[in-house]
Amino acid sequence: MLPGGRDNKQIKQFTRRAALLGGAQALMFGVVASRIYFLQVIESEQYKVLADENRISLRLLLPQRGRILDRYGADLATLRQNYGVILIPERTRDIHQTLNTLGEYIPITEQDRVRVLREIRAKRSFMPIIVAENLSWEDFARINVKSYDLAGVQPIVGETRAYPYGPLLSHLIGYVASVSEKDLEAIENPEPVLRSPGFRIGKSGIEKMLDTELRGRAGNMRVEVNAYDRVIRELTRTEGVTGKDIVLSIDIEMQKAAAAALTGQSGSIVCLDIERGEVLTLVSVPGYEPDAFNMGLSNAQWRALQNDPMHPLINKSIAGLYPPGSTIKPLIAMAALSTGAMSPSDGVFCNGRFRLGNHLFHCWKKEGHGAMTMREAIKHSCDVYFYETGRRTGIMPMHDMGVQFGLGVKYDIGLPDEKQGVMPSPDWKRKRFGQPWVGGETLIAAIGQGYMQTTPMQLAVMTARLASGRLVIPRLVRDVSAEAKPIIFPHLNVPDEHLKIAQDGMWAVVNEVRGTAYARRMEGNGYQYSGKTGTAQVRRISREERYRKGGVTKNENLPWEQRDHALFVGYAPSDTPRYAISVVIEHGGGGSLVAAPIARDILSLALARESHGLKLYTPDTQTS
Amino acid sequence: MALESAIGSANTTRASSSLTLGMKISRINWPLLVMLSLIACYGTAILYSAGRGWSPWAWMHLLRFGVGVVMMLVVALIDIRHWMRLAYPIYVLGLILLIWVEVAGDIGMGAQRWINLGFMQLQPSEIMKVALVLVYARYFHIINPGRISHPVSLLLPLALLVIPVALVMRQPDLGTALLLLAGSGGLMFLAGVSWIYFASAIAAVAAALPIAWGFLRDYQKNRVLTFLNPEADPLGTGYHIMQSKIAFGSGGVFGKGYMQGTQSHLDFLPEMQTDFIFTMLAEEMGMIGALVLLCLFGAVIAYGYIIAMRVRHQFGRLIVLGVILNFSVYVFINMSMVMGLIPVVGVPLPFVSYGGTAMLSLLFGFGLLLSASVHRGVPIPENTGMFL
Repeated sequence: MLPGGRDNKQIKQFTRRAALLGGAQALMFGVVASRIYFLQVIESEQYKVLADENRISLRLLLPQRGRILDRYGADLATLRQNYGVILIPERTRDIHQTLNTLGEYIPITEQDRVRVLREIRAKRSFMPIIVAENLSWEDFARINVKSYDLAGVQPIVGETRAYPYGPLLSHLIGYVASVSEKDLEAIENPEPVLRSPGFRIGKSGIEKMLDTELRGRAGNMRVEVNAYDRVIRELTRTEGVTGKDIVLSIDIEMQKAAAAALTGQSGSIVCLDIERGEVLTLVSVPGYEPDAFNMGLSNAQWRALQNDPMHPLINKSIAGLYPPGSTIKPLIAMAALSTGAMSPSDGVFCNGRFRLGNHLFHCWKKEGHGAMTMREAIKHSCDVYFYETGRRTGIMPMHDMGVQFGLGVKYDIGLPDEKQGVMPSPDWKRKRFGQPWVGGETLIAAIGQGYMQTTPMQLAVMTARLASGRLVIPRLVRDVSAEAKPIIFPHLNVPDEHLKIAQDGMWAVVNEVRGTAYARRMEGNGYQYSGKTGTAQVRRISREERYRKGGVTKNENLPWEQRDHALFVGYAPSDTPRYAISVVIEHGGGGSLVAAPIARDILSLALARESHGLKLYTPDTQTS
Repeated sequence: MALESAIGSANTTRASSSLTLGMKISRINWPLLVMLSLIACYGTAILYSAGRGWSPWAWMHLLRFGVGVVMMLVVALIDIRHWMRLAYPIYVLGLILLIWVEVAGDIGMGAQRWINLGFMQLQPSEIMKVALVLVYARYFHIINPGRISHPVSLLLPLALLVIPVALVMRQPDLGTALLLLAGSGGLMFLAGVSWIYFASAIAAVAAALPIAWGFLRDYQKNRVLTFLNPEADPLGTGYHIMQSKIAFGSGGVFGKGYMQGTQSHLDFLPEMQTDFIFTMLAEEMGMIGALVLLCLFGAVIAYGYIIAMRVRHQFGRLIVLGVILNFSVYVFINMSMVMGLIPVVGVPLPFVSYGGTAMLSLLFGFGLLLSASVHRGVPIPENTGMFL
């Protein structure tokens, strides 16, 4: 074969095959070109949307929560800065690795880790999760520097609720805490802001009841973010609305004094401004640390609070139920007057006992009070006089009078879990127990025992109405805008003469020799106050105990939970009543001995505060 | 016919054996250099956008191209017969280096690929791409065309291919292995190996796929799986493909504008300066810009065929089309990969992706191509006497 022939044949074959290969390459390039066309023309719109979804992120601007102030403008609940770190699971490459790395910069406990992993499973992967909160500035700064390397991790500066007075106002103000899934289920169409990490809502007290006002409204901004969710620039912004400040009627100084007076006890003090019905003091002890709920409570802490015999979680002022005991006697007297069952001068002889049918009822004073008129009976708190008054009056007039004075009634004062209490009647008993009313129960009711259940708030309202003769309605939140408008409560449906008799009796309790609270009268400030002691029995005293040698066991010899409740209701000054008070000390012993001096001190303080030249808070006073 | 051919052959033999440097320079295919330079400049512009300035990538890219072009011209001026003699030595050198990286190579990206030379990182597999073209061109130049399809004749080329492919797969570098296979297969096809082998090879590969699956590394399996269904795991391994397609598609016909790519500048696009540079280009320059680049590549390839047809010896023709084949496989694999047509394999886009060794080896290859073109008329006997 000639070399040329070989060459020729080779060239021919090479050319043929090169053409085929070239054709194949042209085909491939055609495929590539049509793919380019497909992606960039046919499917382009869809990818443009996806690209924008990638880079544009809608961020909520959390509104600043409103403050809660006392009547003179003292901060009761404010905000402080809170440094934290959040994690967006879908932006991380590996959750465990990210947490490990994060753990090198900030403290992450095993507990945190378990919680974060649990939340990641529970929430959708684009929902941010809080890894750490309340970080120190140093830790926070470290994370800020490193977060670029940590995909899905974002440092955040939040504001968190601060409660400068802690347990002192725990029942009143309540607390805020993270929004739970349960909270969200309870709300129809929850605002998106509720799903923001770290967002808090009120869970108790004023924080809960006025949550929507305090919360404000969230704004939003559209931002451009990079793949690590770092904000590159802001595109648009809609400002939110800051939450409203809430001004309470509370006077924090009186609140402090009242809580101090109850140190170590379990009980309540409610003090009202009679003219406007404003609650100046609402103390329930013991309290709890509201911050603990905000930060997250451990199970052990929660159980401890739940099982405490002094019930720190219950607001006793509105949710504690107590028999009013003798504090109800002025009211019973007026019920008797209203029906004419008794006249003020009618006499009843007390020998310490009162017989109705086969039952024997006892006066607190074993040897008896002797001859009693209405005024004297209130002054000495004679039980026998009121057994007889009750017997003559009957339960219904007593019930009606109680309801008119605010017992067994809810005021919707603006706090959760307010209790109604019980002002018993035959109807009520039939409905409640399916049994008819019996006469002995009327006698027991006349001394504020038996079925009768009242809250300390109701006792304070009763006293305010007794002192003023007006339908005082308690209020906790001051309407700052309508401040100029005076509040005038309507008169009660009770003749003035009857009120006078009750008031006179209550004056005598404190200001006449041998009155049950004479030893606790005001001295040195030029004021007199009026009141009524009460000692509510919480156990049944057996016949044997009453007649044995040494008599009824003294309170100090009983276990705490069997001791009597000490009660006192009062108002001051006696001639021109401006403040009404109720003091209830659970298992505190005698009302005159324990509760009366506290009531006197708080009333004295309220009177003394008048001359301090305090200015009520209005938003204008703040700006000027 | 035979006479003409003999005369022509004599003429060119005389002419090329006495080629002066000036003649050689004038024979260099300058239009090819212009086209390659245009591609490199386009790449530099995109790298400028990626790095938002000359550093870290654009300047270095241009510098390497400049150095590479000088090297290419030097290679082009060396007589093609010298390169033919050096075919096996270069192949053996590449093989030794490949084995060396198995032993002492640096670890990078989970695969051993580099030898650190201090001033640059050398990938022996890049040398191997050129070396295989050289040895194949030489072998099929020498062999008697009548025996080319005899099974015994194919034993050596297959052995020369299988050893480096096995080593590259071990690293593991699927992309390079594919490039070697495609390049060598194409050369065998051009050399005239019978259809039957290619048909049966394709059938065998199809049958062996399930078995080969077992030999793939986990990350390679994942790449294939996510390719088949990227939406199934958009935050795991499918992330790259999804983000690349989003960037690509959102560019539209006219693009988002130079330096305006959101996907690339906001870090949604991975490896944008290397394997995914074409995505970034398409996002910013749109379909127009992408097709312009595609046309430039197409022009280089088409020009390669023209050059090949002018070469008078089989060795040179195979060199030219071998280099062009390698180049086009690079382009096709990279573009198809970033557009989600094939699984993610780490193959750069020639002269556009940032990266030193691929560019140098490609320019070395184009140097050989040019040398074949410059020395298109030199007589090359079937038996050179050295190494087979």
